[in-house]
Amino acid sequence: MSDDAVDTRRRRFLTGTTVVIGGIGAALAAVPFVSSFQPSAKAKAIGAPVEVDISKLEPGQRIIQKWRGKPVWVVRRTPEMIDDLKALDGGSLRDPESVESLQPEYARNAWRSDKPEFLVLVGVCTHLGCSPSFVPELNAAGVKQPWKGGFFCPCHGSQFDLAGRVYAGVPAPTNMDVPPYRYVSDTRIVVGEDKGDAA
Amino acid sequence: MNAIARQLSGLRDWVDERFPLTTLWNDHLGQYYAPKNFNFWYYFGFFALVTLVIQILTGIWLVMNYKPDGATAFASVEYIMRDVEWGWLIRYMHSTGASAFFIVIYLHMFRGIMYGSYKQPRELIWILGMLLYLALMAEAFMGYLLPWGQMSFWGAQVIISLFGAIPMIGETLTEWIRGDYVVSDITLNRFFSLHVIALPFAIAGLVLLHIIALHEVGSNNPDGVEIKKVKGEDGHPVDGIPFHPYYSVKDFAGIIVFLMLFSAVVFFAPEMGGYFLEANNFIPANPMQTPLHIAPVWYFTPYYSILRANTVNFFFIDAKLWGVIFMGLGVMAFFFLPWLDRSPVKSIRYRGGLYKTVLGIFVVCFLILGYLGLLPPTENRTLAAQICTVIYFLFFLLMPIYTKLDKTKPVPDRVTK
Repeated sequence: MSDDAVDTRRRRFLTGTTVVIGGIGAALAAVPFVSSFQPSAKAKAIGAPVEVDISKLEPGQRIIQKWRGKPVWVVRRTPEMIDDLKALDGGSLRDPESVESLQPEYARNAWRSDKPEFLVLVGVCTHLGCSPSFVPELNAAGVKQPWKGGFFCPCHGSQFDLAGRVYAGVPAPTNMDVPPYRYVSDTRIVVGEDKGDAA
Repeated sequence: MNAIARQLSGLRDWVDERFPLTTLWNDHLGQYYAPKNFNFWYYFGFFALVTLVIQILTGIWLVMNYKPDGATAFASVEYIMRDVEWGWLIRYMHSTGASAFFIVIYLHMFRGIMYGSYKQPRELIWILGMLLYLALMAEAFMGYLLPWGQMSFWGAQVIISLFGAIPMIGETLTEWIRGDYVVSDITLNRFFSLHVIALPFAIAGLVLLHIIALHEVGSNNPDGVEIKKVKGEDGHPVDGIPFHPYYSVKDFAGIIVFLMLFSAVVFFAPEMGGYFLEANNFIPANPMQTPLHIAPVWYFTPYYSILRANTVNFFFIDAKLWGVIFMGLGVMAFFFLPWLDRSPVKSIRYRGGLYKTVLGIFVVCFLILGYLGLLPPTENRTLAAQICTVIYFLFFLLMPIYTKLDKTKPVPDRVTK
């Protein structure tokens, strides 16, 4: 049927093309399996804005609201708390001007909020996603000074001031995120959309 | 009697013509010559195998009653604990088995380091073993999410967020792993699938490769001499004895003691004071509230300490990413041991004081890191963790130097007592 000489060039060519075509086929077959790991349509759909009633929030207190599965905090700051924010502007904060941090334009200011009195934050540490504790006390134990009240992450010791600004020398890289939000009335906030478009 | 024996050997011959049964038995047990000077440290490979069997067996039974669903998972574990006949025992065996697995594996790895078992020609055995260690870590991590308690949830949240530190693709990658924007029912479901199907397959396969590679080159021993160099007239190493019956009997004696200790934990201290089963995990997962003190299970704490120890931005990379990089390197560094170690001898018995001191310091640092990882961070503890992290990496980085400088003793041709 054939000569005894083997055409090695042809054999190598056939082996090579089989490997390439087979490899492409395997890679394409992997696409649905890899893509299947992405958030499903259902998971994406659960992201609607939520409304928060702040009428019963006393000065110095915090409430927690679930938005997109994450805790969103609303803190009503006292005038002293707002004044104390300035005292920290020196070297103790990593990003006092919120240059590298995530917040809507109307919250890119000294108090990181639309109205200075009400702070709205995504209550998730920018380090590894724990939810920091609310520590308004000035004489809290174990925190890095100068401490004017704020948030302390129990997981890795990151700490934030009462505007969610991160201290220098802690593991978290940026200030805590401010979600998009707007005031429906003086006592109601919608989290997840702002004056412009929904986030 | 004779008739039955003849029947059985006939059956064996029948099988042998169709499947290499006798050959397999002889290659791996009956005629596998292991060094005659194995000591206590050589139990742990077998213990690891037994623990794997315990985990697979109890795991199969747990799945019969567990529900991988964010709404019902926590309750189904309590159901197993309270209402399923003997469910508490099966679950405690599985949870204790997880910790036992790591104790045994860490001792097994330390044995390998102590006697230079990773050195040429056993590099592949070591690498396969390290892959097993990685697979075991993934298996343990994913299994820990399943009870859907507070520690399950926040542990997974933190570990998955580690990948978010990778520039550019980090956020997308974490969403891809979770299948959601937060750890959710979807994450629980896929972790369940990986924990009960994918990783056990991978582990079983790697164990097979690990053992095949070991039986190809032959076992190392506390003297670190190659027994195959001196063979008797029968072609077998003079310092070797058949694995079966000599070491099978030894291992079975050891496993009795191991199972006694194992049972003592299962029956009298299954939570081990919060180290094997953490207190916060008896509270259902709550995405709104991180527990005041979270720590991973003890077997991950050395690496967790390394992660936390990075608090300084330098070289254009922020502290968070450095933490993740060093944590990853901390695990991966072991892979390179066969090439970092330049000592002419394998076993610690013939190494000099320098190496012994360095290894001792490394072990102490590893333990301190593990201890610190269990505690909430304070300034002093962070400083201690930073010092230990530096020493941890110096152990690997400087290994080519100090193993060269080390004054070794001459290695005998044959094994000693």
